[in-house]
Amino acid sequence: MSLLNSILEQFINGLRTGSIYALIAIGYTMVYGIAKMINFAHGDIIMIGAYSLYVYSAVLKLPVIVAILLTVLTCSVLGIVTEKIAYKPLRNAPPLAVLITAIGMSFLLQNIALLIFKATPIPFASIINVPGIHLGSLYISGTTLVTLGVTTVSMIALTLFVNKTKAGRAMRAVSEDRGAAELMGISVNGTISLTFAIGSGLAAVAGILYISQYETLMPTLGALPGIKAFVAAVLGGIGSIPGAMLGGIILGIIESLSKAYISTQLADAIVYGVLVIVLLVRPSGLLGKMKIEKV
Amino acid sequence: MEKKKKLLIDAMIAVAVYAVIMVLLNKGILNRQMRSLLTPICTNVMLAVSLCLIVGFLGELTLGHAGFMSLGAYAGALVTINLPFPPYVSLLIALVVGGCVAAVAGLIIGMPVLRLRGDYLAIVTLGFGEIIRSVINSMDITGGARGLSGIERMTNHKHFTIVFILTLIVIVVVSNLVNSRHGRAVCAIRDNYIAAEASGIPVSKFKILAFVVSAFLAGMAGVVYAHNTGILKPANFDYNTSIEILVMVVLGGMGNIKGTIVAAVILTALPELLRGAADYRMLIYAIVLIAMMLFRNSKFNAALMEKKNRKVMERLQKEGN
Amino acid sequence: MKKFKKVMVGAVAATLAVSSLTGCGNDKEKETETEKKTEKESETATVETTEKETTKSGESEEFLIGGMGPLTGAAASYGNSVKQGAEIAIEEINAAGGVTVGDVNYTLALAFEDDEATEDKAIQAYNTLMDEGIQVMMGATTSGSTIAITDLTADDGILQITPSGSAPECIQYDNAFRICFSDPDQGVAMADYAMDVLGYTKIAVIYNNADDYSAGMDEAFEARVEEKGGEIVASESFTTGDTDFNTQLTKIKGTDAEALFIPAYYQDITYITKQAADMGMELPFIGSDGWDGVLSTVSDPSVVEGAIFASPFCAAVDDPKVVAFVDAYEAAYSATPDQFAADAYDAVYTIKAAMEQAGSIESEDLIAAMTEITVNGLTGEEITFTAEGVPNKEIKYVEIKDGQYQYVE
Repeated sequence: MSLLNSILEQFINGLRTGSIYALIAIGYTMVYGIAKMINFAHGDIIMIGAYSLYVYSAVLKLPVIVAILLTVLTCSVLGIVTEKIAYKPLRNAPPLAVLITAIGMSFLLQNIALLIFKATPIPFASIINVPGIHLGSLYISGTTLVTLGVTTVSMIALTLFVNKTKAGRAMRAVSEDRGAAELMGISVNGTISLTFAIGSGLAAVAGILYISQYETLMPTLGALPGIKAFVAAVLGGIGSIPGAMLGGIILGIIESLSKAYISTQLADAIVYGVLVIVLLVRPSGLLGKMKIEKV
Repeated sequence: MEKKKKLLIDAMIAVAVYAVIMVLLNKGILNRQMRSLLTPICTNVMLAVSLCLIVGFLGELTLGHAGFMSLGAYAGALVTINLPFPPYVSLLIALVVGGCVAAVAGLIIGMPVLRLRGDYLAIVTLGFGEIIRSVINSMDITGGARGLSGIERMTNHKHFTIVFILTLIVIVVVSNLVNSRHGRAVCAIRDNYIAAEASGIPVSKFKILAFVVSAFLAGMAGVVYAHNTGILKPANFDYNTSIEILVMVVLGGMGNIKGTIVAAVILTALPELLRGAADYRMLIYAIVLIAMMLFRNSKFNAALMEKKNRKVMERLQKEGN
Repeated sequence: MKKFKKVMVGAVAATLAVSSLTGCGNDKEKETETEKKTEKESETATVETTEKETTKSGESEEFLIGGMGPLTGAAASYGNSVKQGAEIAIEEINAAGGVTVGDVNYTLALAFEDDEATEDKAIQAYNTLMDEGIQVMMGATTSGSTIAITDLTADDGILQITPSGSAPECIQYDNAFRICFSDPDQGVAMADYAMDVLGYTKIAVIYNNADDYSAGMDEAFEARVEEKGGEIVASESFTTGDTDFNTQLTKIKGTDAEALFIPAYYQDITYITKQAADMGMELPFIGSDGWDGVLSTVSDPSVVEGAIFASPFCAAVDDPKVVAFVDAYEAAYSATPDQFAADAYDAVYTIKAAMEQAGSIESEDLIAAMTEITVNGLTGEEITFTAEGVPNKEIKYVEIKDGQYQYVE
């Protein structure tokens, strides 16, 4: 196998993981932009998404499409409910207080899943049954194709929604200046709920893709992609949706290439090292807005 | 005068706590679970109080405190394992070496602080913490993933006096620093960075100072941890550990040293006390955590605080008259 | 609203108070637990009521076994398996009339604590168990936790049998024994088997460098292969929690390896084999005993077809003892037992054998009896123990054929 070929394969591996990171990172970034909080429980929404897909499709035997829709719906509702219960009362509290509550929420979701589904990993066959394709000597698996397709479609849809619809404009207005938006008659509570719903819905999609790729359900499965996606969101500039997409994909590719050509042991160190360097050069991430602090 | 009185009261509280624990220990009233909790509680108090310096007083969020702790722990453990000194001498050297290694890391990590703020800083410190962990994991001298074992247990409950004194040192250093000229400068940076700079405070110098001191103390706490557990594994120093310490600082009321100590004690003991709840243990822990945060920021608590403040004000007015 | 918050404050205070109470009242809890157990017993063993009555009228005392392992967190499945495997053995022994030592009849009971697979929690869990009054320590589940408590058990002079702590340091003191193979031993055995029996000379390895089990075995395996003149053409690593192995596999695919050795647990194997099949790799797999259970976690058994791994225990083997254990386990927990469960089951029977051999329940006598007993367990016929704490049992090899486990003749 030629070197170029193997580099290309590693690149596609990175693109696939990266696009899942990107989907999750969008949720972090949207919530951050509007509620100015890091929703640490976001990773666990992925886990809930994976388990709900399992319940709907493997336990209740619903058709795949229905199961997927119900999964997205479950996560969206869960997103709204966590916001109403745990984050809304803290809207005027210091940001750190909200962060800790989100961490508590993450523990809570994990342990609820542990109690219901127990610790033993549950195997769950992929719902994606698409044959892979050969491009010359390059092989791309079906799951990879579907993952890339679904993330691209989701990202385009989200971009259109945020830029072209009234609700999207309201979202941007709230993230720009909450007070002013409220004065203009925008329902801040409604917009925040909508943001959580969309972010969690995307996390559900990420959860579905993730579980189709890895096929094993565990109560802690959301933690790792969650933290990686958080890093991706910051890398791209937290608060910026295109930034989250870019950050996720770059992170996935760096991770894959450094694992392959430098050291698997130090891959994490390299990923974080790149992050540190990028932030030192551009303190608000790749596409983040630079803020000049005034007195 | 007022200050001296306060100091005296604090000292008396410390002596009283020590006396009570020693009596309980020597009379064998504490069960083994409680005894084995003493050092972890002290370690967490040290970590939380040292983190308080960065988060509470400097006002910067960091998620890499476990990194400093792990550097101290590994450096200290390697000293006591490899150097042929009598136990307590080597523990002393380990504490200094562990603290210094962590402090150097604090200096390196403190640099980006000059450019970054808020969540970006948080993620960079998280990154540094993870870098430290993966480097330790891939080194031979640290035993890699299999961990470093065979560390003499010199800080367990049998040596509670040493651990208690170290904890006191950390608390005294941090509270003295905060109440000093330097500390006021650090707080001024937190309250208004630009105004502080305009008043001629060398902001960069103080930010780095806070990071270095905090890292040194966390490194010391790491040494205590290592000599209590007897085995070190890189996996135990991931970002979750940093978050646990951060939770203590936030719950204690950022910048409130006494509150931080109380929060560290409660949060370390809580999962142990909940053992009776078996399967529901961590679930209850999570719920209590959320409930406490909601309570701290509720209107009810605000009203309570206002009442207390009003009373203090009244008293001060009376004294003024 | 205010009222609601007051109620909530009350609730928090109450949980704290209750928790501190339960913290002190562990004995009570234990009692109820054993009560529950006896209830269960009477259900399972209604036929043997006559025997039961005799034991009840005679002297029947409780013998408390301590156990620990991760019940929460990422490693939770291991701890749960150990706990459940031990519970099956204890129920079986109690239903058959308990353990008779001299004139006294003992019913076994288990106190199991969560150590979250971290070393500092393990120390607290062990001390909690000692407060509960355990008489023998069956644990810990993971190597790190076992090493962390081994100083303490040695100080207390209590018999410690770890079902699954495979690092060499786990049994460094005289009071400590293990049921599973040690990592280096298994690594060497696998290298010999791969080269001498299977005839491979160019082998690729993929191992977990954050896990002492996997890294320890890899080190011994690689050293042995090179010593015997073979070649390790690729040595790739990953860390705990990794789910994406495409990078490592792509690299291995580019070498001329004849076989792929994966010393890891079945969750990781599930990901690795699936992704290897996805990229069209056709290398034969060799594995360690952590592979057991892989067929119940892969969604398509054809991806592991032909794999050969070392296994002291295999749930699908047609041995009456194993079948009885698997049936009981499945009935109680609706899950297939893995090697952790089997190790724990054997550990409990080892404790029983030591009690009977010693004719006493004093720790010293139990420890002395360990080298004199022979246990006919699930993970080996006629297991004996050396004074160093090492079990003597044969390594067996299992092949996956037609989606079934089979012993290699």
